[in-house]
Amino acid sequence: MNEIAIALPERPASMAPITGAGRKLEGAQAGVRHAPPEKISVRNLRFFYGQNLALHDVSVPLYERQVTAFIGPSGCGKSTLLRVLNRIYDLYPNQRAEGEVLLDGKNILGPGQDVILLRARVGMVFQKPTPFPLSIYENVAFGVRLHRSLSRSEVDNCVESALRRAALWNEVKDKLNASGQSLSGGQQQRLCIARTIAVQPEVILLDEPCSALDPISTAKIEELISELKAEYTIVLVTHNMQQAARASDYTAFMYLGALIEFDRTGRIFTSPTDRRTQDYITGRFG
Amino acid sequence: MTEHTVKAFDRELQDLVRKISEMGRLAEKQIAGAIAALSAHDVELARRVIAADARVDVMQREIEELAILTLARRQPMAVDLREIVGTLRLANALERIGDYAKNIAKRLLASEPDTAPSAAVQSLKNMADLVLTALRGVLDAFVRRDLSLALRVWRNDKAIDAAYSSLFRALLTYMMEDPRNILPCTHLLFCAKHVERIGDHATNIAETVYYVVQGAPLTEERPRGEAFGAV
Repeated sequence: MNEIAIALPERPASMAPITGAGRKLEGAQAGVRHAPPEKISVRNLRFFYGQNLALHDVSVPLYERQVTAFIGPSGCGKSTLLRVLNRIYDLYPNQRAEGEVLLDGKNILGPGQDVILLRARVGMVFQKPTPFPLSIYENVAFGVRLHRSLSRSEVDNCVESALRRAALWNEVKDKLNASGQSLSGGQQQRLCIARTIAVQPEVILLDEPCSALDPISTAKIEELISELKAEYTIVLVTHNMQQAARASDYTAFMYLGALIEFDRTGRIFTSPTDRRTQDYITGRFG
Repeated sequence: MTEHTVKAFDRELQDLVRKISEMGRLAEKQIAGAIAALSAHDVELARRVIAADARVDVMQREIEELAILTLARRQPMAVDLREIVGTLRLANALERIGDYAKNIAKRLLASEPDTAPSAAVQSLKNMADLVLTALRGVLDAFVRRDLSLALRVWRNDKAIDAAYSSLFRALLTYMMEDPRNILPCTHLLFCAKHVERIGDHATNIAETVYYVVQGAPLTEERPRGEAFGAV
């Protein structure tokens, strides 16, 4: 009986959980072996809506050309975090961020940051498709012309290339002058992705990109995500856990404004370290 | 553990564990029956054991069906996913165990009464007792999520290996002493090997329990019994 005083094999130190707020980035990286380079490093990020603290010292790496999913219950701060990454919160009064968000090592929260340029480098796609009330062609060409001065044929090429990469070209090539809003929901979302990639961003933020879509359109977007990650760093906020499990390489679980656990996706969904992560992903929460 | 928001999911998981327990008890009964038949050369009992194996197979299919249905319906994650994978593995192991019990019973039908050395039969019976204790232990460990019990059985398999090894040598000696022993002792040797294999399945179950509870495979090297060639 006593001979079972054997040590249970412990998780290797490199798999240490990322728990609690305020952990240093080294801690966040510790969850991942052989981590790829960091495109974005979020460090001790705090975010305020007026007086309300919505993010508590969040530190998390976003690896280059990998898909990182953020999951967590409503109000956990995952969309807030996404909105910091391209400073879209700047558009609203009384919202501010503290800490650092390093894009290729440079803090984008600093006063010297050109936010227009930032949003070209860090594109965003929203939950509900938001095509402009313009033609399909113009929806994509609009941003291209805004950021670069190109000839008509160069713009044509950009539009076609973006629509192809968004897996929409074959469906719209014969009706480029039709209104973007005449497309189906799934097509509209791919149009928005085409619009985003047309300006050649480095990072794509996807905020619940499939929540308004049917399963077939969802599958197309997920297939697109797996193709796009060859070129872009992708951040995906989703309520759909199966989608996070299918589409991402790394997963971060957030709760009450804090990052609870960050690890490779396979690990998070088969044997998470933190009890709260486990309760959430197995449907035992609250 | 906290309950799921969806209560039906909890019921499905409980159902799976209950079915595994039931199948486990049936497998234990089959082993005990086969060994009892062998000791007493009870042909009727052996026939009943052979017939009852069909029930073990049916239970395996039922568990597999329910597990697959639950996977499809709930798309489980983390500990739930590991538990369902665990029930699938256990059902497979128990089905194999049932086959071994049946094979032991079939050997009895092929052998003559009162030809095997009674000391060897007694050794086999003792070895089967060890295996039954191990199997009962790992099944309890699975139901109760008892890691230390699972590990105790896992480490203890070397006792079963040692019993097999010693019986193997004893049977060899009987056969060398008198060629008339060769047929009954060969039958007994196969039975002993079956019992030893059942023990191995019990250790596999212990490893599955470890995986379900810990979320990581048991990577430690298991202590092995005495090794010898030509087994």
